Amino acid sequence: MAVELYPESFEPLQRLANYEATQLPIGSHGACASFIGSMRDFNEGEAVAGMTLEHYPGMTERQLEEIVAEARERWPLLDALICHRIGEIDIGEPIVLTACWSAHRAASFDACRFLMEALKSRATFWKKERLAGGSSRWVEKNTPG
Amino acid sequence: MAIKVRFFASLREDTGLDHLEIAANDIAQQGITTATDVWMAATRGQPLPAQALCAINRDHAELGAAVNDGDEIAFFPPVTGG
Repeated sequence: MAVELYPESFEPLQRLANYEATQLPIGSHGACASFIGSMRDFNEGEAVAGMTLEHYPGMTERQLEEIVAEARERWPLLDALICHRIGEIDIGEPIVLTACWSAHRAASFDACRFLMEALKSRATFWKKERLAGGSSRWVEKNTPG
Repeated sequence: MAIKVRFFASLREDTGLDHLEIAANDIAQQGITTATDVWMAATRGQPLPAQALCAINRDHAELGAAVNDGDEIAFFPPVTGG
């Protein structure tokens, strides 16, 4: 398992392929489910130009590791990966990648969704949006899944 | 020893505080026993926002939870990652 924070833009599909190639023995899994969240250009009815993602160094990483460990207790996973951006993020850039590997699809699908929902509700990240008009605002709540 | 206090996101901006320490003498003299007491002492009585959350030593905690000398107390708004 791995938890990775990226202060600069990262390529989630490349990271996913690289992780699988280096961490999972060929033939070890029958399923991989992944989710990629990206920076959109609208929120709460307003045009958004970008955002800053703040985190609590030390606490955030540990929380993500605990969420991965919880998923591995609940589902028969072979491996799991969380990658999350921090810092300045531009429109269209990936924010988060979650991925789970298992023998069969149900565990991967369910655990991958769990990682995202747990991360959004528990992990200490905070978004501050830059609006197209030049002002900025803290995002006060997450959108429903 | 001391209590280390940290503020994140909108609470950092609203209070104008990033981090500070409350000395051991002040902990005793001001009767600081809970995270809410820490907030009041650190911000010099600024109102505690209704949505404020806290962590003690990097674990989520209740605002009424007990604090001890040497702890790191963090205050922050609801999380919005992902």
